Amino acid sequence: MTLIPIIDAITQLAPNNPIHTGQFGGDGGWTSYIGLFYMVFMFVILFYGQRFQSYMMIRNVEDSLHKLRGIKEEGRKNAIETLKEIGKPSVDITPRVDRCLDYFTISPQSMDPAGIVAKLDHILEVRDQRLLDDVKLMAPQCNDDVQLHNMENTLEAAMALNYLYKVVRHYYIQGKKTMSLYIIMQLQMVLPMVMKEAEAFSAALTAFSFGQPIGDSVGPLIASKMMRGYEVRKVYKDCVVATVPFEGRTALVMKAEGSGGNCGKPGDAIETVIEENQGKIAMLIMIDAGLKLEGEAVGEIAEGVGSAIGGPGVDAFKIEEMLVKYKIPINAIIIKEDIGDAVAPMRKEIHDAADKAIERVRELVLERTKEGDTLIVFGVGNSIGIGQ
Amino acid sequence: MTQNTQQQSPVNKISSYITLIVAIVMGLAIIALFSAAYAYTLGSEYLIQAGFLIIIGAFALGISVVVLYQTRRNATAIKNEETKVMTIIECKNCGTKITRDFQRGDYVFKELGACEKCPEQKQIITGVYKEIKTKEKTYAV
Repeated sequence: MTLIPIIDAITQLAPNNPIHTGQFGGDGGWTSYIGLFYMVFMFVILFYGQRFQSYMMIRNVEDSLHKLRGIKEEGRKNAIETLKEIGKPSVDITPRVDRCLDYFTISPQSMDPAGIVAKLDHILEVRDQRLLDDVKLMAPQCNDDVQLHNMENTLEAAMALNYLYKVVRHYYIQGKKTMSLYIIMQLQMVLPMVMKEAEAFSAALTAFSFGQPIGDSVGPLIASKMMRGYEVRKVYKDCVVATVPFEGRTALVMKAEGSGGNCGKPGDAIETVIEENQGKIAMLIMIDAGLKLEGEAVGEIAEGVGSAIGGPGVDAFKIEEMLVKYKIPINAIIIKEDIGDAVAPMRKEIHDAADKAIERVRELVLERTKEGDTLIVFGVGNSIGIGQ
Repeated sequence: MTQNTQQQSPVNKISSYITLIVAIVMGLAIIALFSAAYAYTLGSEYLIQAGFLIIIGAFALGISVVVLYQTRRNATAIKNEETKVMTIIECKNCGTKITRDFQRGDYVFKELGACEKCPEQKQIITGVYKEIKTKEKTYAV
């Protein structure tokens, strides 16, 4: 009678089988029960649909949170291992590292914004010094500045991961406690970007602990290539400058001092060099890594105007002040890369873009300055793994 | 390490509420599919009902499987790209170029030992980079 034996068995078991009684599809048949179940189900969805959606979203956030915790733990472990390996401390540094991971920086009051840049600059300087001092305490056997800066950067990457994890966990728990769809939805919407950032910092940890150049080091790499073979001197603070003859002009090529993880203080350094030359600078060219938009190729070069420098804005402010004071034109060259590439070990495409960027500098200088002019070329970024 | 932390997790449970709903929908879907199969065997007059039940059953089963898969999915292991960081060493005199794995302490423009071909010339590191083998997905827009 039937093609499928199992159906046959079911129908044999069912008393008053609707199919046997010719009631299939009619009242009291299986389909009626199915219809009833679906109706109940529809009512459940109608009244509990949002709650169900919230559970689904929480589940997604939970998955990402587990992944984030894994990355954070690995970062912490990596930082401790690097400090132990290089610093050879006599005591257990784990509690101190844990304390460092929770460090915070309070930005200055901005109710009266006049003078806020100097305050912010001071706070950031204190923060950097404090972190470096802590690293020195945790790595007493390390006297090498390069290694100390690398360890400081490793710790900073671990701190960033710790913070990301704690913020996501905070909103996750808050969303779960209140079952507010809107809290959970906001968190779920930003999670792909947060995870991308976390993965980038995870890659950065390895690069920092080994002292490998990262994507952001492309600016210093270009400056380094330009100043190679010329005398290099230090300028305030943690920056270097070389006087390079370039297409009949004098190029003052600058970068943060390498090869340790160090961004220097480009604002102060440029200010010093401009003042040394009494403001007689024909042009300032800033070269930096820039975030690419989706669809753009890694290592693509773009030109523009303005101070190409990231961070909290202190350096950009100082540079702009000097430019306005002496009416110096500013040009920027950026090498496009993803947020993940910016802190991960440098990709070949970015490395290869350095020579092309130098050609763009050459074109810019030939087109926009005269022979005998003096100009500044600053390779902005972290000098990790880049010497001079 | 990631898996260990997942096992210790207090939040790594599947919500019983979701599991119950999925189980109900799945059960209904299976009943609908069985009924459809049976209706099909009864002859051409029940073909419309059979088709209707197949659509409902397949749709509900699909939805429940997707939901079950999503809820049971554990946090995936961290996918760190297996890429090697390479160091490029060059001799500016004879142009010899050597590529080797990165070693701690390497940095761009670091001077190394003398070149094998020209002993008076020191080799220098001219590049440190990683090569990504996997091709990025492109969108034709």
